[in-house]
Amino acid sequence: MAGPSIEPGMVIDGFTVGECVHNGGMATLWSVTHPDTSAPLLMKIPRVSEGEDPAAIVSFEMEQMILPRLKGPHVPACFATSDFTRQAYVVIEQIPGETLYRRLPDLPLAYEEARVIVGKIASALADLHRQNVIHHDIKPSSIMFRPSGEAVLIDYGLSHHKQLPDLLQEEFRLPYGTAPYMAPERLLGVRDDPRSDLFSLGVLLYFFTTGVRPFGETETLRGMRRRLWRDPHPPRKLKPDYPPWLQEVVLRCLEIEPVWRYPTASQLAFELGNPGQIKLTARSERIKRDPLATVWRRRFNRGLVEPKQKSDVSAQLASSPIVAVALDTTEDAEEIRAALRVTASRILATLPSARLACVNVLKLGRITIDRTLDEQGHNKHVDRLVALKHWASPLKLDESRLTVHVLEAIDPASAILEFTEANHVDHILIGARQRSGLSALLGSVSAKVASEARCTVTVVRPPRAALQSAQKDVAQDRDMPPVF
Amino acid sequence: MLLALFADIHANRQAFAACLDAARSRGARRIILLGDYVGYGADPEWTVETVMGLVESGAIAVRGNHDSAIGTPSETMNAEALAAIEWTRGRLSAAQRQFLAALPLKREEEDRLYVHSEAAHPERWRYVQATADAARSMIATPALVTFCGHIHRPALYSMSVTAKMTSFVPTAEVPVQLLKGRQWLAVAGSVGQPRDGDPAACFVTFETVTREITYCRVPYDVETAASRIRENGLPAWLADRLSDGR
Repeated sequence: MAGPSIEPGMVIDGFTVGECVHNGGMATLWSVTHPDTSAPLLMKIPRVSEGEDPAAIVSFEMEQMILPRLKGPHVPACFATSDFTRQAYVVIEQIPGETLYRRLPDLPLAYEEARVIVGKIASALADLHRQNVIHHDIKPSSIMFRPSGEAVLIDYGLSHHKQLPDLLQEEFRLPYGTAPYMAPERLLGVRDDPRSDLFSLGVLLYFFTTGVRPFGETETLRGMRRRLWRDPHPPRKLKPDYPPWLQEVVLRCLEIEPVWRYPTASQLAFELGNPGQIKLTARSERIKRDPLATVWRRRFNRGLVEPKQKSDVSAQLASSPIVAVALDTTEDAEEIRAALRVTASRILATLPSARLACVNVLKLGRITIDRTLDEQGHNKHVDRLVALKHWASPLKLDESRLTVHVLEAIDPASAILEFTEANHVDHILIGARQRSGLSALLGSVSAKVASEARCTVTVVRPPRAALQSAQKDVAQDRDMPPVF
Repeated sequence: MLLALFADIHANRQAFAACLDAARSRGARRIILLGDYVGYGADPEWTVETVMGLVESGAIAVRGNHDSAIGTPSETMNAEALAAIEWTRGRLSAAQRQFLAALPLKREEEDRLYVHSEAAHPERWRYVQATADAARSMIATPALVTFCGHIHRPALYSMSVTAKMTSFVPTAEVPVQLLKGRQWLAVAGSVGQPRDGDPAACFVTFETVTREITYCRVPYDVETAASRIRENGLPAWLADRLSDGR
């Protein structure tokens, strides 16, 4: 079953084996080449001989099932897999460079650098979760970066795929993974909650910004179980200059109960992308851990806690979308703004974990040099922000669910589309084109957004206009060339 | 080669016909019938005739407890099931009854085992409800993959070489590779009386080269199947439950 030992120069199923680049406890990694591709490749071969950890086999089986199904820039592309009947291996794309583990001597990093790095990892996690996979081993040595900047998550041996059997389900008596990064619910055997990855990422962010691991380096089960009731020292206690917004993010990721963390990795990435708009709660101010009474209650009343509902990665993502509403604040179009508010309120009422980003585009001229101050000396940017907040106030949203953004751009539709991609927006609400001259011009924004966005777009019309002019619109849309 | 496996058809002509069509259009080359062709539904003659035709042209069929009860009345069935069996017995020809009685309890093919209930004691008609039941079945056979039915709810179990179990409720239309390093027990859902909350008929396909199993769901004309049950004076509950998939 173990197969022959691997040596450089061997050819396995068309792959020519080069040097051994890693010799780990569970597997060895070899650089390989194949005549059909010029891409640098890695062959991962599990350790399966007598006396080896059975975890190596099960982890390999999980990777063998999961890797070929993953897509996109945040995972290594998979080229081939083979099972134990001959020589077990997976062949994946070799990501150039080092893992984030190499940065450990540089800790603590500057806050800004850590924000950018962790934001990229959160984006990668969001993409992975959308593919129904929970990574379950987020730590510096599982993370690499492409030359183009995207984070790549490697090592899927402990992962859970919602649509595949979980081979690690009963495999180990003790929770298996990397102790300092493991979420508390993992210690209770929960493997289907994507927010476990957000906890691990919170550990990484804490560690990278303070230089200290929030739960130490304990490997014993007893030591690990402490995180079920004991919260870490707030970073501000360790570093008085720690930014409150960053502490808000870190401590929210490290909440003991998954339900108090960010609902999705997309929402965490959104916050890290917009640090100025993070809603600060009591978390951001804390300089002490929870009082002992709270800790004791958590520790000894655990049995009284209601049994958790079974979580489901895709259902959780679907219930926590980022909704962007594109608002035109300049135009005399109160009707359409009201219609947008009605549509937004319906979505937000049914999805309590959804968040709303109100977006307005400050249109720049192509040739003229724009000034941020208008004739009366008002700051246009600030005026728009005020208008957006005013529009949203009847929705009575908690501040943590609402952000406002003024984008400056020549082409409003492109600006909205770029915002959508950068912030993982799941659903865009936008007003339809109106009849008047100026708005007819702006109207093509909704057409372009609706046709080019990669997410759902709802084009909203005021109720009467929708009834009266629906037919006319169809005819006109066909005849009119796009304006932009 | 792509296999199509059907379990618990239960004389539901509309569901079985829809599944056979779906299997053919997916390119299935070989048909495996996992038992319980009759009982509950109102079209036993057509169903058994179709099964006999399939077997004649090379399909494999094993016997289920309802098929057994046609010849040998069962003591463990509930009142509705018994009423349906009594009614069915009167509808089938002698040749059809003989065909059912002569079916084997299990069949092996390459590294696969086909059985209606489970592999340890097929004649006891025990249900695979949990990992312990699945483990008992897998220990009793050298087959790498066992296909069964009987419980009317899709499930997929595996046992590692160190006898560690996994259980899984498959997602429709998502292929799962049955890795060679462990044993598998695939419980097909029911064609003619699904009980997992989804009224669509269920069957599975298995590709013998890639070893990928896919659970397929097929919407069918539930109303006609239910009204056939009512028209024939069978217990109304047997018709009602079809639209709920319970």
